[in-house]
Amino acid sequence: MTEPKTFTHYYSAHCESGVISSLLRNQGCDLSEPMVFGLSGALSFAYLPCIKVAGMPLIAYRSLPKSIIKNIEKRLHIPIKKEQFKSPLEAQQKLDELLQQGKTVGLQTSVFYLPYFPDEMRFHFNAHNLIAYGKKAEDYLISDPVFENPVAITPHALLKARFAKGPFAPKGFCYYIDAIPKNLNLPEAIQKSIKKTAHMMLKTPVPIAGIRSMGLLAKRLETLSRNPAQQEYTRLFLGHIIRMQEEIGTGGGGFRFIYAAFLKESSTIHPAKDLLEEAASLMTDAGDAWRDFALAAAKASQAEAFNLLTKPPIQLRVAQEKEKRVYTLLQQLTLKPDR
Amino acid sequence: MKDYEVPQEDSVIFKGQKKALYATDAEGNYKIVPSTGWKVEETATLQAVNAIEKQAFQSLERYKAGLTSPLEFYMHKARMDLPTLAQCTGIFQWRIRRHFQPRIFKKLPPKLLKKYADALNTTSEQLLSLPTDD
Repeated sequence: MTEPKTFTHYYSAHCESGVISSLLRNQGCDLSEPMVFGLSGALSFAYLPCIKVAGMPLIAYRSLPKSIIKNIEKRLHIPIKKEQFKSPLEAQQKLDELLQQGKTVGLQTSVFYLPYFPDEMRFHFNAHNLIAYGKKAEDYLISDPVFENPVAITPHALLKARFAKGPFAPKGFCYYIDAIPKNLNLPEAIQKSIKKTAHMMLKTPVPIAGIRSMGLLAKRLETLSRNPAQQEYTRLFLGHIIRMQEEIGTGGGGFRFIYAAFLKESSTIHPAKDLLEEAASLMTDAGDAWRDFALAAAKASQAEAFNLLTKPPIQLRVAQEKEKRVYTLLQQLTLKPDR
Repeated sequence: MKDYEVPQEDSVIFKGQKKALYATDAEGNYKIVPSTGWKVEETATLQAVNAIEKQAFQSLERYKAGLTSPLEFYMHKARMDLPTLAQCTGIFQWRIRRHFQPRIFKKLPPKLLKKYADALNTTSEQLLSLPTDD
């Protein structure tokens, strides 16, 4: 038995930010999930019609998998040890070794092979993150941040999940934090990451990412809503967007609420308190608008009536407009106190 | 989203699990609120699951008519499509499509069969036959 006495399970909305936050907190560095998410600049929007995921265009509300790990390292200067493996045996030995030393280890896995996931939610998504924090007899003790309680899983299942193939294949990817620097300069990190996110959302030159790509998606939905021959596809497409926005552990509204929580928490750390509080409440509005969009999309994809299909793009443009306001405001953020 | 607005609609797909959502309390501070599900999300997921099941059913029908090999059925059953299976096995899509022909699939060397079985999380013997009903 190598269960560390002190491990605490933290329940979160999103796997990657949840794992990093939990690893940090278990090392005594109290950084919440929204802080990790915001500081790593994970908020995004991308619509790439030419890249297909399960036959549907790629739509993402966040940056690429693993970018949270990479960016938190860069932004806060916290070294994170990372390793990938060719052979499953090696990967398992290394994990056992680390657990033996009392470490908690982040692992990349495929949702499809995790037995504790409800059946309907097991899709081939290879970038799900979880923590191994000990062993009980043969089984691994797993703290999966998107579940309320820790679970145990067999070595076989875990290896299968860690060596799933296909897009974003984890190749046994594991990571852990050895030591945390004494002084984290949070205000500066907040300043830099917010500026970067606002810039990316407003100024991406081609409409594949950011505010402009929301417009592109709205336009596509408008075109589809005028084409009765494409009804069946349009309904599936709308369902696909909803799933990307709500199903994949986004904390609701395609990560917009997590980001609002980050802005709110930042207002207690960063000198520009008023501006950040205002931005947080505007971002909450944007998140609500995304929820409305999902609702309209669900209604349209269910109903027989063809004319309902015109509603989602209208709602999408509302969300786009609201989000644009947040970033325009955030562009004015400086490290000077605003009151 | 306010904390009292967080949907609690007992999604069938969660199987009693709860999903963490971020919502604001009376003071406007964010916190995690566990949700038992939202109909909007539930229907979208079921729609996706049904679409895959429909494909699996159709390939089963085609198999019975002698038009395809069991491989296609098991691919859909494992919630994969052709590009995913190709990436998981490292076999080109055109080659997999060829293996969908019953005549060719029957003569598949054990090594290739094993490759498919591993990717689809099943056994080689299972791959060669189909459940007769269900």
